[in-house]
Amino acid sequence: MPVTVRIPTVLRRLTGGRDEVATPGATVGEVFAAVGAEHQEFLGRITEGGEVRPFLNVFVNGDDIRFAQGLQTPVRDGDEVSIIPSIAGGR
Amino acid sequence: MAAQAAQAGLEAWIFIPEDLEREKIVATAVYGPKLVRVRGVYDDVNRLCAEVADRFGWGLVNVNLRPFYAEGSKTMGYEIVEQLGWSAPANVVAPMAGGSLVTKLRKAFEEMETYGLAKGTAETKVYGAQASGCGPIIEALHRGDAMVAPVRPRTIAKSLAIGNPADGPFAIQAMKESGGWGEAVTDEEIVAGIRLLAQTEGIFTETAGGVTVAVARKLAQQGKLSREGATVLCITGNGLKTPDAVSGEVDFGPVIDARLSEVVELAEARELAMR
Repeated sequence: MPVTVRIPTVLRRLTGGRDEVATPGATVGEVFAAVGAEHQEFLGRITEGGEVRPFLNVFVNGDDIRFAQGLQTPVRDGDEVSIIPSIAGGR
Repeated sequence: MAAQAAQAGLEAWIFIPEDLEREKIVATAVYGPKLVRVRGVYDDVNRLCAEVADRFGWGLVNVNLRPFYAEGSKTMGYEIVEQLGWSAPANVVAPMAGGSLVTKLRKAFEEMETYGLAKGTAETKVYGAQASGCGPIIEALHRGDAMVAPVRPRTIAKSLAIGNPADGPFAIQAMKESGGWGEAVTDEEIVAGIRLLAQTEGIFTETAGGVTVAVARKLAQQGKLSREGATVLCITGNGLKTPDAVSGEVDFGPVIDARLSEVVELAEARELAMR
């Protein structure tokens, strides 16, 4: 059973409209790279200079990866990775 | 939110952290919304609500309606200037949770100057206040960072306990660009702030107000608040929402029989103490 990446509506055009992408990988970064291999625009919109872009939050089974090891956070088969845009009121 | 929905005849779902103060739960539940208590802190609730909004397409105040709610908080800035007789305060101190309020206060002051409603408001310094048990915006400000690193909240100021503040970077900009600053205070200082405001101004505020008062005190001690012109503290919540924060600290007084002699005794004891 691979890792499931949940894609929010606003980013679904990056994954051809799919709301979930299942892919293998040992870390969040590897999982994102695997999704990026299939969906060209994905990686550049999610990461920047080896980090998750500002105003995007990434969770593994509900836990913010910034409290773990960021993109190096290990994942196991069956884990759920959620990408959630930050909800700001703005300037 | 629950009250507005009741008045407007709209169905409302309210998501709250499970351990929110009982007073706040009662004061929400009374309006009859669908209340859902989430195991976790505000950050967990916010994440869940983002997913709920995405899945169901509902309008959630803190998610897809947030720009409107944030713009609405500018009215606090307008009212401050109005109540000061259309003049600009030198300093404004406001609490920060997600960081939206200080951002919008700054915007309100800038707009008032731009549209000629008041003079000097664009120079008003905006100061942010957080609890040190959940002070990610202050920590970033003090480090000189533009972005905010999330923290796990541990403070009695639950209404400010957002460890991953979405508007944090904007709040930092607002404080810096206005020439203001920000500070964080401990739970003990928060309680002392609540008591100070009550005993000097006759206003009972909840923990967030205690944060604001305590931070204003700290900034004044640091010499950061200019004494020229008015300093406004934004007291954003009623003390009856969080009575437990101070109930262990205040004097409940003696219990007596309804006899005059007992009061005479108390009065005599007071006179002795005054000597």
